[in-house]
Amino acid sequence: MTKKEGIAPSGLARSFDWAGLRRYLPAWFAVAPSLAALLVFVYGFALWTAYISLSASKMIPDFTFVGLRNYQRLWGEDRWTVAATNLVTFTVLYVGVTLAVGLLIAILLDQKVRLETPLRTIFLYPAAVSLVVTGISWKWLLNPGTGIEAFVRSLGWDNFVFDWIIQQHTVIFAVVIAAVWQQAGFVAVLLLAALRGVDGEMVKAARLDGAGPVRTYWSVIIPAIRPAFISAFVLLVAFALKTFDLVVAMTAQGPGYASALPSTFVYDMAFQRNQLGIASAGAVSILLFAAVIVLPYVIWEFRKTDGH
Amino acid sequence: MATDTITGHARAPKFPWVPVLLYLTLGVLAFIFIMPLAVMVLTSVRPLEEIRTAGIIGIPQHVTFDAWGTAWNEACIASVCEGLQPYFRNSLAIAVPATLLSTILGAVNGYALTKFRFRGADTLMVLIILGCFLPLQAVLIPAAQTLSSLGLANSVFGLILIYAVYGLPFTTLFFRNYYVAVPDEIVRAATMDGAGFWRIFTQIMLPISWPIFMVSVVFQFTGIWNEFLFGVSFSTGASQTVTVALNNLVNTTFGVKQYNVDMAASLIAALPVLILYLFVGRFFVRGLTAGSVKG
Repeated sequence: MTKKEGIAPSGLARSFDWAGLRRYLPAWFAVAPSLAALLVFVYGFALWTAYISLSASKMIPDFTFVGLRNYQRLWGEDRWTVAATNLVTFTVLYVGVTLAVGLLIAILLDQKVRLETPLRTIFLYPAAVSLVVTGISWKWLLNPGTGIEAFVRSLGWDNFVFDWIIQQHTVIFAVVIAAVWQQAGFVAVLLLAALRGVDGEMVKAARLDGAGPVRTYWSVIIPAIRPAFISAFVLLVAFALKTFDLVVAMTAQGPGYASALPSTFVYDMAFQRNQLGIASAGAVSILLFAAVIVLPYVIWEFRKTDGH
Repeated sequence: MATDTITGHARAPKFPWVPVLLYLTLGVLAFIFIMPLAVMVLTSVRPLEEIRTAGIIGIPQHVTFDAWGTAWNEACIASVCEGLQPYFRNSLAIAVPATLLSTILGAVNGYALTKFRFRGADTLMVLIILGCFLPLQAVLIPAAQTLSSLGLANSVFGLILIYAVYGLPFTTLFFRNYYVAVPDEIVRAATMDGAGFWRIFTQIMLPISWPIFMVSVVFQFTGIWNEFLFGVSFSTGASQTVTVALNNLVNTTFGVKQYNVDMAASLIAALPVLILYLFVGRFFVRGLTAGSVKG
C-alpha cells in the first residue's frame, strides 16, 4: 500500500509545514461545507434518532431517558415482526433474483446479438421509472380482477390463478416481482460492462483446455467479474433497505399489514400514530442491519483502492 | 478489447438450436420488460367504457387522448382539481437546482480529496461515501424537526436542501472514482506553473469531467424526481412533488376508478426521466461502468 504519492511535499517533516498548509488550505475550505452538512445531516441526525429511540418521546420530543423500553415494545409488536420478516424475505429474494436475472440478460446480450442497443434500452428503461409508477402499474397487472389473471382467463383458461398480490402469505413475492423488474436491467448493464472487460486470453485458454461455454462462464468469466458482482450486490442491498414507495403505491402494506416493511412501519409510527420513540427504535434497527451488511464492504473496498 | 468467442455464436454450426434458444429467451425477457409500459400506454389512450368492459390489458378500439388532458390539468388531487401540472412544476423547481448543486459540490469534493490528499483526506472520503448506504428512515424525524425549525417545512427550498445534501455522498463517489484515474502529474505540473486550487479545477479538471458530470446529473435527477419518502414527509398540499401527487391521485381517489387517467398521469410523471434516459442514457451507462467496474 503506497501512501500519499500525490503532491505532498516531502522532507518538511518536523518543522511546521507552511508550504503544505498553503497548498492544502483551499482544498480544506472547498470540502468544508459539504463535510459540515453531512456531519449534521447524516451522522448528527442518526445519533439524534438513536437518542430519541432511548427517550419517552411520543408526539412531541420528550427527553426522559427510558433505556431500551421502546425497543422492547417495538419487538413485541406483531406489525414490526411481520415487517422485519418481510424485509429479510424481500432482501434475499430481490437481491438474489435481480442478480440472477441481471446476469442472465448480461450473458445473453454478450453473445454478439443483433439489436443489442434497442434490447439494452428495453431492459434498462424500468430503472428510470419511479417505484411509485412501478408499483401502480404492477398493482393492476397483478390484480386478479383487472390484470394478467383476468386477461389469461379471457383467452379461455378459465381456471388460471395468479393472485399473489391479494394473498397474505404471497403478497411479498408480488412486490419482489415488481422490484426485480425495476432493477434487473440496470444490474445487467453493469455486469455486461464487466463481462466485456474480461481478459480474452483467459477465456481462450479455458477453451483450449476443453471447457465448454457453461464451464467457462462458471469457472473463469464469472469469478473474473466478482468486483462488479459485489458492487451490484451492495447497491441492491442498500436499495432493498430503502424500499418504501413500492409497497405504499403497490399494496398500501396490505392485505392487512401483510406486506409492511420496517420503512413503512417507521413512517406510520412517526407521522400517523405519533409514536416518535418507537419509530426511532425501528429506524435504528434498520440502520444497524444496514451497517452490518455494508460496513465490511466499504472498509474492504477502500483498503483495496487506496493502494494505487 | 475483450473478445467473447466462447459463445453460442461460435458453436452455431454444431448446435443450430443455440441461437434459436438465445433469441427466444431474449425475446421472452424483452416482452416481460416492455409489457408494463405497453399496457400503461395502451390503457391511457382508451376510453373508460372500453376498459371497463374489456379489462386493462387490450388493444384500443378507439384512440383518445382525453385522459392525458385530464391527468395534466383537471384531475383532482385531494380537493384541488388542477391535474398534475402544478406539482410537475414543483418537481422541476426542486430537482433542477438540487441536481446541479449536489453535482457541483460532488465534483469539488472528489477533486479536493483525490488530488490534494492532505492528512485525513482518505478518512473524510470514507465518512462522506458511507452516506450512500444511509437508510433514510434513520434521519427522517430529525430532518423533519430541523426543517420545521428553520421554517422550511412544506417548501421547495427545504426539499432542495435535503436532496442536495443526501445526494452528496453519491456525487462525491462518482467524481472520486473518475478523478483517481486522472494522473497526479497533471495537477503537479499545473501547480509548478503557479496555478492554484480553483484554477486547476476550472481549467483542467472540469473540461475533462463531462462524462462523469453526465452520470451525476442523470443519477441525481432520476433519484430526486422519483423520490417519495422525503417528498411525502416534507411536502403536502400545494408544495407536493409530482411523485407524491401521483400517488395521491391514484391511491386515494373516490368513486369510479379512472384507469386511463391514472395511467396517463403515471406516464406524465415518468416522462422527464424516461426522456432523459432515452437521450443521454448511453453516456450514463458508459460513464458509470467506466467509473465503477474497474476492479
